[in-house]
Amino acid sequence: MGEKKKKIVKTIKVNADLCNGCRACEVICSAFHAAPKYSGNNPARSRIQVVRHPLKDIYVPVFAGEYAPAECMGRDKYVIDGKEYEECAFCRASCPSRDLFKEPDSGLPLKCDMCEGEEEPLCVKWCIVDALTYEEREEEVEEQEEQEELEIGLESLADKYGMDKIMDAVARLSAKD
Amino acid sequence: MRYAETGFNLEIDLTRGNIERVETDPRDTELYLGGLGTNAKILWDRVPPEVEPFSPENLLIFSAGLLCGTPATGCNRTIVSTISPQTRLMAFSMMGGFFAPELKYAGYDKIILRGKSPDLVYLWINNEKVEIRDASHLRGKGAVETAELVQEELKQPKAQVAAIGLAGENRVYFASIEQGRSSASRAGIGAVMGDKGVKAIAVRGTKDINIARPAEFIELCNQVLEYITVRNENPIPGVMPILAGLGSPQEMKVHDEKWHTENFAWGNSRVRRKDFWNEEVAKDWMETMDNMRTRLISCYNCPMTCGATISPPGLPTYMMKCFSKLTYTMAAFSDLEFGLGIAQSATEYGVDAFSAPQVMAFALELYENGILNDDDFPGMPADTEGRFHWLLDRIVRREGIGDILANGTYWAAKEIGKGAEEYAHNNIKKHEQLPLKLGMLNPIYFLMYATGEKINITQIEGQFPQAPFPTREEREAFVKDWFQVPDEKFKQYFLDWELRGEKSIPNYPTPEMCCDIVEWQEKMHYIDDALGMCAGLSSFPLKPPYHIHNYPKFISSGAGIDMDEEELTQAVKRYRTLVRANNIRRGMRRKDEKPPEDHWRRRFPDLEKELLDTYYKFKGWNNQGIPTKESLHELGLDYVFEDFEQRGIYSENGDTPSKETSAEKEKEA
Repeated sequence: MGEKKKKIVKTIKVNADLCNGCRACEVICSAFHAAPKYSGNNPARSRIQVVRHPLKDIYVPVFAGEYAPAECMGRDKYVIDGKEYEECAFCRASCPSRDLFKEPDSGLPLKCDMCEGEEEPLCVKWCIVDALTYEEREEEVEEQEEQEELEIGLESLADKYGMDKIMDAVARLSAKD
Repeated sequence: MRYAETGFNLEIDLTRGNIERVETDPRDTELYLGGLGTNAKILWDRVPPEVEPFSPENLLIFSAGLLCGTPATGCNRTIVSTISPQTRLMAFSMMGGFFAPELKYAGYDKIILRGKSPDLVYLWINNEKVEIRDASHLRGKGAVETAELVQEELKQPKAQVAAIGLAGENRVYFASIEQGRSSASRAGIGAVMGDKGVKAIAVRGTKDINIARPAEFIELCNQVLEYITVRNENPIPGVMPILAGLGSPQEMKVHDEKWHTENFAWGNSRVRRKDFWNEEVAKDWMETMDNMRTRLISCYNCPMTCGATISPPGLPTYMMKCFSKLTYTMAAFSDLEFGLGIAQSATEYGVDAFSAPQVMAFALELYENGILNDDDFPGMPADTEGRFHWLLDRIVRREGIGDILANGTYWAAKEIGKGAEEYAHNNIKKHEQLPLKLGMLNPIYFLMYATGEKINITQIEGQFPQAPFPTREEREAFVKDWFQVPDEKFKQYFLDWELRGEKSIPNYPTPEMCCDIVEWQEKMHYIDDALGMCAGLSSFPLKPPYHIHNYPKFISSGAGIDMDEEELTQAVKRYRTLVRANNIRRGMRRKDEKPPEDHWRRRFPDLEKELLDTYYKFKGWNNQGIPTKESLHELGLDYVFEDFEQRGIYSENGDTPSKETSAEKEKEA
């Protein structure tokens, strides 16, 4: 058995049913992340964006996640409660397919940092209709599992390329360090 | 660097198709703030009284308020100003929604339209890129529909669109401009947009708005948000539900309509139905609302959810707020299902929800009384609901009798003659008012109705309770945490105000006290209209989060214009006077400053005269309501005095009634 490790998982719970579409989350996010802090405001820079279509009753607050260098090969559409959601409505990526989560002037990708240093993410604080709430939970993770995952990965690589090539690659990578 | 404002206006000459980005003078912001204040200055400078509402020289100004685009909660109003075709005075209707902040992020404080486009066009403002685009394919489309089509065509789901419907295209005098979940409805500004050949304005912006002193400003914003939470949890006891909380009257949330349905008048503002509300109606209307209402929604950066998306069976979804919920229902003596249904058409056509139902009820009254007859209504259905739909369709197309009714009750009655004027009984300054007919004259409301220049009672009242509280204990409890008062004396005025006896209406509050109360109430609205703040978080409700004590701090730390309460008060006085100056120059005089004859059953002519005399004097206006040389000088408005002098306004109107002036003229052919 591997060692047990504790980690804090920060979660913003999005209750889209409670969203009133006001975009206060975008306002405070862009203000907080201005330099110097609060010196400017521009929702286009916000790391949370409300995907909204009032007449179709669609309101989805989405947080900026990882940068994606290429867009997906295909697209999905979701129908939930009779409402059809655009392919990317739930996706957090800053991706070439759209202008979401990019600095409007430089085009550099944006990513939510949970307002590092604040008690809670400020979008949550400013969402007094409670569409956004914040939860922290502690999780115990076993190191062992990571080890197992690594071995499964290596095995599949060995199956594909042969053990010799893997050994060569490891040797080359180690020599670089 | 400019703070809170962008420092640039967009000047568009529609006749020539010329577009210019023009830097504004920061000194004007110090003197007139922004929004309404600077709009009034531009109209004063560039639209003399000789300019007709439907002349190419009339301007149509869309202005963001000074603090729109900053994080100040609820600051999202667009102030639209022009010369109204209906009142022929300065109109400054406003809308919430999402347009003003977007305009700021695009880099502009105002869009100033002049001239007339030869063809129907729409404007596309995308940061620095501004285009005038063909809108011939949008002709006749609904206002909400147009917004959707424009967003799709531009592939810009985040663009904010302000559009007119058929009513605006056909220059209906009470046509609105619709946008997001809001509309700028009063005084027919949609007709001016239609006259200019502009179907819609789409805007998208991705630029920064700067804050002068960030830490101080955000602290103020956080305090406001905290106070909103406190107020939401602590509604004010002893007042009706819609006045207990913050926000616009919460008509989309509140099911209990006893107060409106029994205190407001039905039909053509005639009948009070004092036993209307019962369990059956309550259950029926609640079901209607629950079935049609999809979601409670807000304007930009505001938690108040005053609006709702409404989906009437078989009809497209639209957005609604406030008292438009009941105006059609009550004008037609019908039920909520009818009201929410016809409001869908009315929103797409783009008409004012106060004026339109009243105009239709007025027409039916004329018909019932033989002033209009069957020939005027060929093919009109027999049932009232059907008749309302029929009339609305004709008004927005200006077909047959609809062409006359499209000018509103005042001008329509003049044209119809045969005693029709008696039926256009609910106007102030030629503009239809809320359907209220009450018993005893209220001196505070008398002054507000008479002198309000937005010509809409909800846009001047607020702050001070509408009626006294029955017991001293209740009054003491109310004043305990009433820190919004500009002066402690207001608490005393309220503490001493009784339901009956010596210190009750009409003689108490005294004329002097009424002056103070009305001035305070009006001042807060005028501040909101310059800053772009929603009245629902400021001037309208009791004990709001924005007030005279924190506003100077918001302006100082946000816009970098150092200001204390006194200086802010002086600035407000300045542009409030400028609004009046525009109207005086257009012929508005004392004779125009009166509530409808039948607004109260019990009137007191001597007291009313004393009230108006006292208030005019208090405001620094002469006996005709014209700002005096001294008061203009004190405000640095000597140029207004000079203009008045040149036009002979003082010599003609010392104390004598005025001659016929621009505001009196018949409408254009």
